Amino acid sequence: MESLLFYVLGALALAGGLFVVLARNPLYGALGLIGSFFALAGIYAVLGAHLLAALQVLVYAGAVMVLFVFVIMLLNLRDEELGAPRITLAKVGAAAALAVGGVVLIAKVLWKLPGGAAGQVVPVQDLAASPGFGTVREVGRAMFGPWLLPFEMTSLLLLVAIVAAVVAARSRL
Amino acid sequence: MTVSLPHYLALAAALFTIGSIGVVVRRNALTVLMSIELMLNAANFTFLAFARFPLSASGGVARAMGGHVAAFFVIAVAAAEAAVGLAILLAVFRRRVTTQVDELTLLADAPPAPYDDEPAAGTH
Repeated sequence: MESLLFYVLGALALAGGLFVVLARNPLYGALGLIGSFFALAGIYAVLGAHLLAALQVLVYAGAVMVLFVFVIMLLNLRDEELGAPRITLAKVGAAAALAVGGVVLIAKVLWKLPGGAAGQVVPVQDLAASPGFGTVREVGRAMFGPWLLPFEMTSLLLLVAIVAAVVAARSRL
Repeated sequence: MTVSLPHYLALAAALFTIGSIGVVVRRNALTVLMSIELMLNAANFTFLAFARFPLSASGGVARAMGGHVAAFFVIAVAAAEAAVGLAILLAVFRRRVTTQVDELTLLADAPPAPYDDEPAAGTH
């Protein structure tokens, strides 16, 4: 069951991500990104991170993507403002180099980790079935316990971001 | 074959790679910002994967929840980044009427071609 959910949701997340990069119109890319975020929220739930799955839908697929779609529609880019698609050698080279790096990373993760040879990292346990894993209660205990200072810093960061967004949006750069 | 830590990490690596290619290759600033969101989500994904499959036996659930809290912080930072990035984008678009990142060369070596609504020299 977990394998099935992983492969279906993973394929959806990857397809959404590819759509973001390949879609010419940013609005279609944003729709692909929303699908990708929903699929990732499902995978987070499979991973036992129930609170984070809910936050992913609320904050990412909800608030952040509404902001993106709002700005895309506000700009209302026409074809000439989107610019002609331009494929240069440098772009193809950069994409190929990054793709090779990604393939190497994936291969290393897939075939080195489960080997379990000396000096390599292997998971020692699966906590998903542990009582309280990923619940609001346990995440809250960690957030307002050892992570209290970073949590308060986050509130400061959000305040700064709000002020910066208002100032930047009103100015003419 | 049961799905375990390597599979989750591989999916996260694939998402991160797609996002990084989008950042490098695409010229539309909106698409670049969305690709960055994709990369941040991949990072979140690895946090949650390692929270479920920890590499050390000590600590148990209470210690693993640190990964969930870190993912929560990443979500907060991503929201702040999106708000500020889109505000800057709006401000740039109002004057330059472009969202192509390769046309914004004010800070580059070569002086840019003058814009139609450019005010008198000395205001920059």
